[in-house]
Amino acid sequence: MSSIETAPPVIDAEEARRERSRKLERTGRWLLPLIIMAAAICFWDRVCVWNEIPQYILPRPGVVLNTLIEDAGLLFASLLVTLRITMLSLALAVVGGVGLSVLFTQSRWIEMSLFPFAIVLQVTPIVAIFPLINIYVDDQTTKLLLCAWIVAFFPILSNTTLGLNSVDRNLIDYFKLNGASRWQTLWHLRLPAAMPYFLGGLKIAGGLALIGAVVAEFVAGTAGQSSGLASRIIEAGYRLNAPRLFAALILISLTGIVIFLALSWISHLVLHRWHESALKQEQ
Amino acid sequence: MPDRTNPFLILQSIGKTFASGVTALERVNLTVNEGDFMSLLGPSGCGKSTALRIIAGLSSPTSGVVDWRGPTLQQNDIGFVFQEPTLLPWASVYDNVWLPLRLRGVSRKDAEPQIAEVLERVHLTGFETAVPRELSGGMKMRVSIARGLVTRPRMLLMDEPFAALDEITRFKLNNDLLELWQERRFTVLFVTHSVFESVFLSNRITVMAAHPGRVFEELTINAPYPRDAAFRTSAHYAELCRNTSDTLSRAMGMEAADVVH
Repeated sequence: MSSIETAPPVIDAEEARRERSRKLERTGRWLLPLIIMAAAICFWDRVCVWNEIPQYILPRPGVVLNTLIEDAGLLFASLLVTLRITMLSLALAVVGGVGLSVLFTQSRWIEMSLFPFAIVLQVTPIVAIFPLINIYVDDQTTKLLLCAWIVAFFPILSNTTLGLNSVDRNLIDYFKLNGASRWQTLWHLRLPAAMPYFLGGLKIAGGLALIGAVVAEFVAGTAGQSSGLASRIIEAGYRLNAPRLFAALILISLTGIVIFLALSWISHLVLHRWHESALKQEQ
Repeated sequence: MPDRTNPFLILQSIGKTFASGVTALERVNLTVNEGDFMSLLGPSGCGKSTALRIIAGLSSPTSGVVDWRGPTLQQNDIGFVFQEPTLLPWASVYDNVWLPLRLRGVSRKDAEPQIAEVLERVHLTGFETAVPRELSGGMKMRVSIARGLVTRPRMLLMDEPFAALDEITRFKLNNDLLELWQERRFTVLFVTHSVFESVFLSNRITVMAAHPGRVFEELTINAPYPRDAAFRTSAHYAELCRNTSDTLSRAMGMEAADVVH
């Protein structure tokens, strides 16, 4: 049998193998985490049954799901409170982070003088700063916002500053040659060039804003003034209501995932036509 | 053809020493006439690009004078093409070509006839909405040239624009550039380290030597335009290339001798 007679298959064995493994990888990417997750939940359930663990210590997954449905009104109302703080603080982090980084790129001197302060704010644990905020700020919402903002704004500031400074030197020369004003260079060149960096920072900041909001509630919400998800967790902890505690926890973590996916999607929408990071790898 | 005896730009004894102490240019005298296609030819390190940056006003000379002749030079009068295409990666071909006009306050709509015309001249009609990464290296360079020409500059400064391209694409772009130059009659100062390219394109070549960068010799390429594929294979072209190559060797040999002393 000559090789010419068997020619019709257009791709050779190696390519076919590669194509097969590519398909497998595509399904695996979704299927594998789902399977592992399902297995973990099964295992959790079995552990509860095998060891006869009481519900107030570790509830079975089914019980948690039930609670999630039964307490939906209460929990989702709390979720909305937490979400509001998260979104507001993220919005403020974008304004503050981008605003400061634009200010930094206007003058090296400003950057050199102010950047250390931003780092100090970032590296000091928020839980340690909060008692001070508690003393100086009266309004509950402002307290929580400030707290979440401090945690969320740094990745945006640091990434956007890097982006604004990473513009192709030749393009900056080109703008200079064409008599572009500082404002034109910022608007038409630096800001679009910083976009991928900014969006990378935004993805991190989205998760951090949620963490900041929850932590702030934890530290502040002991008096029951706030009714966010963190307060529900504390409350459920006091009452040994483990199923509700788990339900609230799951809600928080789902929220985090949704925020991350949403920001990734935005990033893809903005960058998919031109930036390397958003391109599919070509064979 | 424009009158190529009218001085357009005169460099008088230009010197450039960097803060590091390196002397990039020493007493460079150069006259570019109106309508010239002049190449700056030399080994790397001879200050070709530095000279171009000084002429463009991106860098100032340590000594000497850049003297523009003729009517007062406007911002529009200089187009610059870099070694890399240097396009905005997020903007379409259309918006990239629009950029210099946009920076001068021309609206996207008002700029349309000029953009359409220049895109047609560089054979990119139909690619208006493509972004740079969807184009080949040669096409990106065409966009860069279109952007350089859309303001109808009186002088085009080109810094090794075709050095990164394959030979077939480079020949094609050489032909297109000559055609544009003859049609629009701007003055070109073209930095290159390719003897063949400089002979094919230029009516004058300034050979430079390195360490420090200086003018070694000026050559006139006596061959009529239009130059085409036939010229590229002619004995006359080969002869001109040999002469230019000899001059370049001498420029580099002298540099070697300097190093020995």
